[in-house]
Amino acid sequence: MGCVLLSACVGACLCSPQVRAQESGAGSSVGMPPVVVQPGAPGEPTRTLPANTRATLPPLAAADISFMQGMIMHHSQAVEMTALIESHTGNKHVRMLGAKISSSQGDEIRMMRRWLAARGKATSMSMPGMPDMGLEGKTMAPMPGMLTPEQMTALRAAEGPEFDRLFLMGMIQHHGGALVMVKDLFDTAGAAQDAEIFDFVTEVDNGQRAEIKIMQKMLEETH
Amino acid sequence: MKAAMKTALNTALKAGTTVPLAMLIAMVMLAGVKALHAQEQKAEPAPSAQAPAAQTPTAPAKKDDEDEMDAFAPKPAPPLPAGMTGSDPNDPRAKLKPGMYDAGEAAMGIKHVAFLKKPDAFQLNATSPDDPAVKKTLGMLGMSDTSKMAKPMQMVIAQLAFANSDFAFQGNHLFQGNFYGFNIYDIANPAKTALLTSVVCAGGQGDLSVYKNLLFMSVEMTNGRLDCGVQGFPPEPPPEPGHEKERRMPVAQKDRFRGVRIFDISDIKNPKQVAAVQTCRGSHTHTLVVDPNDKDNVYIYVSGTSSVRREEELAGCTGGAPDKNPNTALFRIEVIKVPVGSPQDAKVVSSPRVFIDPRTGALNGLNNGGSHDKGAEKPADTNQCHDITVYSAIGLAAGACSGNGILLDIRDPVNPKRVDAVNDPNYSYWHSASFSNDGSKVVYTDEWGGGLGARCRANDPNKWGADAIFNLKDNKLSLASYYKLPAAQGDTENCVAHNGSLIPVPGRDIEVQAWYQGGISIMDFTDASHPMEIAYFDRGPIDPKMLVLGGDWSAYWYNGSIYGSEIARGLDVFQLTPTKFLTQNEIDAAKTVKVAELNVQNQQKIEWPSQLVVAKAYLDQLARSQALPAKQIADLQKAIKSAEKSHLSAKNVAKLQTMMSGLEVGSAMAPADATRLSALEEILKHPVA
Repeated sequence: MGCVLLSACVGACLCSPQVRAQESGAGSSVGMPPVVVQPGAPGEPTRTLPANTRATLPPLAAADISFMQGMIMHHSQAVEMTALIESHTGNKHVRMLGAKISSSQGDEIRMMRRWLAARGKATSMSMPGMPDMGLEGKTMAPMPGMLTPEQMTALRAAEGPEFDRLFLMGMIQHHGGALVMVKDLFDTAGAAQDAEIFDFVTEVDNGQRAEIKIMQKMLEETH
Repeated sequence: MKAAMKTALNTALKAGTTVPLAMLIAMVMLAGVKALHAQEQKAEPAPSAQAPAAQTPTAPAKKDDEDEMDAFAPKPAPPLPAGMTGSDPNDPRAKLKPGMYDAGEAAMGIKHVAFLKKPDAFQLNATSPDDPAVKKTLGMLGMSDTSKMAKPMQMVIAQLAFANSDFAFQGNHLFQGNFYGFNIYDIANPAKTALLTSVVCAGGQGDLSVYKNLLFMSVEMTNGRLDCGVQGFPPEPPPEPGHEKERRMPVAQKDRFRGVRIFDISDIKNPKQVAAVQTCRGSHTHTLVVDPNDKDNVYIYVSGTSSVRREEELAGCTGGAPDKNPNTALFRIEVIKVPVGSPQDAKVVSSPRVFIDPRTGALNGLNNGGSHDKGAEKPADTNQCHDITVYSAIGLAAGACSGNGILLDIRDPVNPKRVDAVNDPNYSYWHSASFSNDGSKVVYTDEWGGGLGARCRANDPNKWGADAIFNLKDNKLSLASYYKLPAAQGDTENCVAHNGSLIPVPGRDIEVQAWYQGGISIMDFTDASHPMEIAYFDRGPIDPKMLVLGGDWSAYWYNGSIYGSEIARGLDVFQLTPTKFLTQNEIDAAKTVKVAELNVQNQQKIEWPSQLVVAKAYLDQLARSQALPAKQIADLQKAIKSAEKSHLSAKNVAKLQTMMSGLEVGSAMAPADATRLSALEEILKHPVA
């Protein structure tokens, strides 16, 4: 592994004289070379690492990949639901909320697709035994909180206040499912250790928890 | 940075297209996915076999395949909402040449004196996409088919895992936090800043504070280990067919660490971990609190923003709504007491419920509804602080707590009490806070987009993702104005208000602040209602085609220089240079202030020496605002010069005092000028060398 990681700054060091000058400049620390160390557990000694140590990443879990693939599908349904708002209700609050959910979940879908593509992974899951959108005509273990085809049909058929009610109930159910997916991920050994997925999942948990509260209040007010 | 990608309110998405698109992609990629899936069954990272080439897309699917690659391209900003204004697209900073280490630069009133690349031990690999090592390493990480990946993308894999974060300072040492550990630099000669020690200890975000021989570090991520290991924890092996539902590996890990680490830095080349205080949500940020009445202990306020860990891993950790679980680890901060002489005995001593409703006792007593706009009230509860700045000299702390800005009475540091709370309809996420030196103002920041999004484009409103300047009087906060980076930034530059510190120019309130890839902006907020930019530094985007996370996390003034923590690139050192907005005397006066330690969120009262250079700074300010006639100012300047030349001879000093007492002060003088004038008088009474 060392030989692969040794050639670290070949490209970078040559491209900027400023960088090179700084690196060769002896600092005020009487020209001593920097050290790389790794502390031990509390009370344990600190180890000196080789000067050519390079960074390594924590493992990526299969659960991380399937979480991102699944959450893209999950978010897509939320966007599909919000797309109905324009033609189904004039409720100002529902329209505002829908715009926010649509834009934020759309933004997150793009982020998840980038995350997967950057890791050379497919942006959706379609394997037997895994949750999927029913490419072969049958639904397999739907993701938590996803609206059933019957629920979606009912939503499409509703108008005005009835639409608002079904939309809010449906989106609360949908968001609740996302929280379950996040909990499942954190409950999987070795998952969510990648910095980007950790931050993303934390935001999904915080953001959707807050939106559920907002929607519950709206639902109370519409009665 | 907030532990979040808070999403844009205004990133429009063509609703309705995504589902069919995703399904189409699913179908197109089916063949490729089957091949990839075989690899995913292995624990990753693993050396991957050559992946079969992806199936050639069929004609109707081609468009979607292109869209898929376009996922890396930024989306343009939507139009400005009605009544909002954006930043200036014609500013010299708006369109700088992109590049990692050779980006174009623009500066005003700032001189860039040193740059150090992020140390090798914190670099995943080569930074040039053409380096064959890149491909090899990506393969080792289980990223097999790099041929379809945009080249810049290959560079940026997992950047966040090695992102530079916040600073702490002590003597000639600068401590730069990183998601992967921290680095210690020698800054005895700031222009020749040199790396001393790279400390590898993963866990993010690596927020740091320093007190005497102790260094404190925030850890929140699930890969954090008690032993500072970078290996994280092993993923679950793939299940046997028919046993998919069974869990065989425990999720709770006794070696996992999320909380605040304490290092003994007596040997700067060999820091030793002496304690690691676990908390339920980990520590996203923390704040050092020094009780003026307690010499034996220091305190750490812990702000956790992530999910609550399992009770099996740390006893007492449960989450949920406070009405169902009165012991929920949400809706609180934690206070760690650290005995300075025996830091190994540090422990959590209280978990203040700072969001409580004092009338009802409800723990979720604050919501983020907009008090400026009653119709927009939202009942979402604030359950976390992101960062807290304490100002012990006035017994107050300003908490930036996701949905609210709060004010805490911290005279009893173990039991902070909320005395005020505000919200703002333009605010997305209350992120950090700074007091003015006299405690009459608080600058809050809004980290709209979590720091990972481009939020300073010409069409992004300049009340969103901005500073909000509040007046503070009798423990009450009132909004005065907003300040946002005045230069528009590109759509591949993550940009929003972030961390800053005061610059100790006497007679003015000046803050230097980091705006991620928006660079560094120095703002004068002496007049809370009319903040203005007085200096800046900016680089072009890291990449022109896609947003690559980077830019300044923090920009702080420390003993005469400004230091910038560049997330991706490294460490920058700057000096102020005089302009019409800031004179050499004002810069020199700021440099008279020397501190032994700087932890920006533990704000210290700035005191200026009674030196003539400070007097000259006040005179420059009185001249700028034309508070005194030009003749009087010129005479005083001349007299000060003579006094300096004579090494403060009694005769010359007496002359200064006579001149001061002869000044006629107009009744219409602005309060800031009246303060400057009386401070000037004080110095001229008893000037020191």
